[in-house]
Amino acid sequence: MDDNDPLTPLDPAYRSVMRIVTAVWLAILLVPTIAAEVAIPGWNGVVVIPYLLLAAAILLRLPQRRWQARGYVMVDERLRVVRGMLFHSDTVVPFGRVQHIDVDQGPLERAYDIATLTVHTAGSHNASVHLPGLKHADALAMRDAIRAAIRRDTL
Amino acid sequence: MDDRPPPDKRSVTVPVTAPARSSDPSPDPSPDPLPVAAGQEDGAAEDMGDGQRTDPRSFIVGAIASLGQVALPLAFGAYAVLDGEPTRLLFAIPAVLAILAVSTALSYLNWYRFTYRIGASDIRVESGVISRAARSVPYERIQDVSLEQKLIPRLFGLVEVRFETGAGGKDELKLSYLAEAEGERLREVVRSQKDGAVVMSDEGAPAETCEALPPLFAMGPRRVVTFGLFEFSLAVVAVGAGAAQQFDFLLPFDLWDFDAWQDRLAGPGRWLAGLGVAAQIAGGTIAVVTFTTLGFLTGLVRTGLREWDFRLERTDKGLRRRRGLLTRTDVVMPIHRVQALRMGTGVVRRWFGWRELKVVSLAQDSGSANHSVAPFAQAKEIAPIVAVTGFHLPDEGLDWQRATRQYRTDQVVMAGLVMFPLAVGLAVAGQGLLALLPLAGFAVIAAMEFANWRFVATGVDASQLFLRRNFLAPRLAIASRVKLQSVEISQGPIARRRGYATLSLGLAGGKFAISGISLDRARELRAAVLESIAGRDFSELV
Repeated sequence: MDDNDPLTPLDPAYRSVMRIVTAVWLAILLVPTIAAEVAIPGWNGVVVIPYLLLAAAILLRLPQRRWQARGYVMVDERLRVVRGMLFHSDTVVPFGRVQHIDVDQGPLERAYDIATLTVHTAGSHNASVHLPGLKHADALAMRDAIRAAIRRDTL
Repeated sequence: MDDRPPPDKRSVTVPVTAPARSSDPSPDPSPDPLPVAAGQEDGAAEDMGDGQRTDPRSFIVGAIASLGQVALPLAFGAYAVLDGEPTRLLFAIPAVLAILAVSTALSYLNWYRFTYRIGASDIRVESGVISRAARSVPYERIQDVSLEQKLIPRLFGLVEVRFETGAGGKDELKLSYLAEAEGERLREVVRSQKDGAVVMSDEGAPAETCEALPPLFAMGPRRVVTFGLFEFSLAVVAVGAGAAQQFDFLLPFDLWDFDAWQDRLAGPGRWLAGLGVAAQIAGGTIAVVTFTTLGFLTGLVRTGLREWDFRLERTDKGLRRRRGLLTRTDVVMPIHRVQALRMGTGVVRRWFGWRELKVVSLAQDSGSANHSVAPFAQAKEIAPIVAVTGFHLPDEGLDWQRATRQYRTDQVVMAGLVMFPLAVGLAVAGQGLLALLPLAGFAVIAAMEFANWRFVATGVDASQLFLRRNFLAPRLAIASRVKLQSVEISQGPIARRRGYATLSLGLAGGKFAISGISLDRARELRAAVLESIAGRDFSELV
């Protein structure tokens, strides 16, 4: 595997899912913000307005940036998973070291027909490597490809 | 350990069972009364009723153990109930007897209802008095079988047999207790089953079959005592001194109140001063000697209990280690399951050439995946063990590479960012002298970082990765390139700007991470490791 292999981007639906999750968190954080606003005498929006501006900026930029930072490559019987804007990580799991494979879908992921592929290894570090944001059908196909490679190896 | 054949009268050859267990072995015609004869049961579920029980004496051990738990509450209860009126003893004694009877009966029932079967493809255990639990562990999932003898079972000649499945901790299957010979035999049976064949007998080989072989490494009493001296426990000294401070109200004077000391010395009493300077020095010396002796004694006792009669042997099943005075443990580590080696030493003992060798294995060693195979040995004793595990020590000409200078600088700067504000804060608060402490701390950390940067290095050769750390007490980790599970290169925000990275290697049963190396080096190592991994599948490794 070449380190310069172009990364396969994740499904754009994953960006929407991240945006919704981010929005939920921002909405939850809105509660203490409003509480602070109420606590400060006089309704002047000194807390809420900056918060809303910040939240809008985060909602617009963050999911996009995170989505861009992620990607994967599956060639040469290896799965390479790249992620992280600030804390960047680049993990390679050879198929020959995969113990078992999960394809999971949360409710939100189901609504967007995407899935998370998780490969488990015997190592203490990276015992399970998650790759979210795959089309469900793609995730199943990748799982079958990895499983086929394992079976071929053991035979 | 099977140098000479076990003195068996009837031995049954178990049908060869392939690791995949695609088909059940055909029933063995030879009848055997014991259910351990795998041939006759064919893994069938219908005759699960007549499994084998553990040794009858284990119920006595269980009763004694539960007695130990009941004893203290009973004593307290007796103290409260009697309350100075011995006549109540008439009521108390029957009550106590009843409790004892119930607890013994429960022990007995538990023992009676606990059965195990060594089947053709798995080990099955059924247990429970009211609720029933059945568990089946296939041989393929058993990583190792270990025997452990605690004090009381040891008096009865019993062992606890544990089947390690990699599930770890509480979920492991264990049989407590079996007779020593039976435990030993069971281990052989399971190992043979795993390997796909061989002979087993119901007589069982005696526990000490390996005595004829010279051990790979052994520690006599003298070595254990030397080891114990190096295990000087600073913690005990600290706790002792701390306790002296905590409980000084028991002393007739305040030990730590220096003003009072001066008063006492200068005041009307002059009692200690009257004794003269020599007496004060003697007093101080006695305290120091007491704590030091305590530290050494603790180290000696602890080490002695753990390492007594340490012997490591090479058997056809792997490395077999036995050690311990009161609790004697007996572990076999299959050689092909050794994932990595770790060599370490201490700040003091390194100057005497003593070091420790551990193997990182898939099988667990009472919770820890690191098995110490030579806790206290010289280099020339370690080399043959390393050779047996199939690993090798780094060559003279190995290209050791350090971390980047940027990494070192950043570590020092980071320490400074913590220490300097602390010093300034203390200085502002008017604690001028205390403010020197963080500064001194920073100086020490910086010096350590520089020294360590010169020392810490990684090397890679055709089959192994080496990581050398800690210049005060050097440690060397050796990982086999093919036995790694995954490779990750990670960078934090600072590392990305400064061009270094951490390389984390997935190692079964341990950690192997190299920090602060340049991104190019990390990529080079990753490519090398991945290239090695590609050749061999996991199933060929374990």
